[in-house]
Amino acid sequence: MTLGADEIDDEPLYEAAKKVYPQKVWGTYRRLKWIVLWIALGVYYILPFIRWSREPNEPSQAVLVDMAHSRFYAFFIELWPQEVYYFTGLLILASLILFLSNALFGRVWCGYACPQTVWTDLFLWVERAIEGDRRERLKLDAAPWDGEKIAKRITKHAAWLVIALLTGGAAVLYFQDAPTLVIEIVTFKAPLVAYLWIGIFTFTTYSLAGHMREQVCLYMCPWPRIQAALTDADALNVTYRVDRGEPRMSLKDAARARAHGESAGDCIDCMQCVAVCPTGVDIRKGAQLGCIQCGLCIDACDAVMEKVHRPLRLIAYDTDENQDRRKSGEHNVYRLIRARTILYAGLIAITGLVMLYALISRSSMNVSVLHVRAPLFTQTAEGGIRNGFTVRFSNKLGVSRDFTLEVSGLKGAMMTSVVAKPIEDGRLSVHIDPDATFEAPVYVGSPADAKLDKSTPIVFTATDPRTGEHVIVGDHFFAP
Amino acid sequence: MTADPGQVDHISGQTTTGHEWDGIRELNTPLPRWWLWLFYVTIAFAVFYWILYPAWPFVAGYSGGVLGYTNRTGLAADVAAAQAARAQGAAGLEKATVDEIEKDPKLLEVALAQGKAAFGDNCAPCHGSGGQGQKGYPNLTAGRWLWGGTLDQIQATITHGIRYASDTDTHSSAMPAFGHDGILKADQISQVANYVRILGKFEPESGVDLGAGKKIFADNCAVCHGEDGKGNLEMGAPNLTTKVWLYGNDLRDLVYTITNARNSVMPAWGGRLDPVTVKSLALYVHSLGGGQ
Repeated sequence: MTLGADEIDDEPLYEAAKKVYPQKVWGTYRRLKWIVLWIALGVYYILPFIRWSREPNEPSQAVLVDMAHSRFYAFFIELWPQEVYYFTGLLILASLILFLSNALFGRVWCGYACPQTVWTDLFLWVERAIEGDRRERLKLDAAPWDGEKIAKRITKHAAWLVIALLTGGAAVLYFQDAPTLVIEIVTFKAPLVAYLWIGIFTFTTYSLAGHMREQVCLYMCPWPRIQAALTDADALNVTYRVDRGEPRMSLKDAARARAHGESAGDCIDCMQCVAVCPTGVDIRKGAQLGCIQCGLCIDACDAVMEKVHRPLRLIAYDTDENQDRRKSGEHNVYRLIRARTILYAGLIAITGLVMLYALISRSSMNVSVLHVRAPLFTQTAEGGIRNGFTVRFSNKLGVSRDFTLEVSGLKGAMMTSVVAKPIEDGRLSVHIDPDATFEAPVYVGSPADAKLDKSTPIVFTATDPRTGEHVIVGDHFFAP
Repeated sequence: MTADPGQVDHISGQTTTGHEWDGIRELNTPLPRWWLWLFYVTIAFAVFYWILYPAWPFVAGYSGGVLGYTNRTGLAADVAAAQAARAQGAAGLEKATVDEIEKDPKLLEVALAQGKAAFGDNCAPCHGSGGQGQKGYPNLTAGRWLWGGTLDQIQATITHGIRYASDTDTHSSAMPAFGHDGILKADQISQVANYVRILGKFEPESGVDLGAGKKIFADNCAVCHGEDGKGNLEMGAPNLTTKVWLYGNDLRDLVYTITNARNSVMPAWGGRLDPVTVKSLALYVHSLGGGQ
């Protein structure tokens, strides 16, 4: 049996990406985008150079991920590896803020602050400066490879690579003392791993912002998918006001229609909104995955509306709810305060307060106790039972401290350790260096011939005698 | 089979390879370009690899590669790096005595870490991972020492071993095999074994003449183990009054020990391990809770 030509679905399963040539535009939202861009880039490049005074043996960089000593510094905050849960809180806070911003203003993150948007905008600006606006770029792409095209292409890619290199270069500054590292990098004395990461970030910046652009939002980013499920009818989204725009027709047709008393939309189908769109979508088709809601189409449409003397904001930040209300002749309502936004704001407040409390009440010392497993207990020559414990002390202050360790719960218990000084009442005194941890083998012995259960709960109490700060850890004393 | 490349298949609209079998034509579906490029990259990678690393077997030997790398040289470099890293900490341990190290918290920290590693490598098979010992191999955590539990004594024991023939300074003593060598008779051994159980505060067998046992002990055992059975570190004679027993404390074990003697051996580690490691081991063993 043979298949007829009409029985075969000749639609290809794969469609090559259509290149987007965003056109230059000027207006309120474009200005806002530039402001956000310069702030974002400014923070990114300046932050590593901000100094912060700490203890002399600690780094003076305000924001630093110190891999070698496994510490994270952010201004007055210093985190140890065992405190990474603060980052969990930070991530929860970040997603809640994203949800709230989405409930209020749609994808503002995507349109203004996302690094992919910021760097794509920057790369587009460079491209426009070298190759010209949309029309010239379209022409240049179609033109044969002559000297001018080659020169422009080389200039563009070189400029992109320089920006990408600077981006990657700044990224590594967050991991070592920035001023020192800058000098080391340019004098080729920096560690190999620094160059490796600069290379990786250069490559990702160059390919993501220069070549992949909107493809990242369309195919790689999970947020548009989640966002679609989180939005509601009251969220302000970049919206084409269908009720005003349709039926769309040319300026002449509209004038004629209006003269005949027929309805005519304000949209003159000039396609400017599509031309300026950085992701190449047609906003008039409604909310869609590809729309990052940057508002550039609002600026483009406003410019056109001004020229044709129609009211501005045919495309505007608007809600689905208002679209429906206008259809039935009702007035616009904006409900920024509603159950959803109150819930998100409340969750943000709770998470923020919990984190703040955790940060303020962050203990400057920590003690963990591990029972020695082999042997679980020892029958001593004196007739008692002895248990071994590995006690790890952390001193999170920049000065050395002496902690006292006390054990309770076992009658007549005696505590010994070769690395600690015995002091009064059978307690031990342990010296810990500044900003360091110290592991002490500690032995707890019972008096000779004491009647013991198989397992007796005991409690270790570590105290800083100067401040009275203490940590309590429970464990067990095992006997045959 | 006819070859007519470039022909277009009218059903799919795709070009064919020109190969045809019984009227079935093969569509030309070239590999994706990205795949081909990756393939070329792997070929290029392989060529560089051949040049840089050992690759081709010859009749005798192999192509060494210009980097001169082998797993063996890589391991040697890693070991050298590890030793260099350790040397920093070990430098202080070299000159100091064990007592001096114990008083210096920084040196002690290094020594205990090194000692723990060396203990796992060399001592744990007999003495257990935590020094808890097993039957015939002393428990190092209990505070009951055959040859002394001070730092110096432990260091001496590790260095020279026990009854280790090829070390002239080794601890040596031998308990006679009282039964085996015919010094005591079976019932005498039973009597003295029961008396030893009393010294350790265990219940003796009923109906045994303990007075005879005491006399046999005084005549034969007290020379080394002392009148009161508290032992003698000079001779490595165990204290018989504690609850910690190397070969067990029930009657069977005691009778066997008295009949055949034990006289177990520990190698001298002075010749096998460097002095810093021996010092570290002494400090670590001393720190296990039983040190004196």
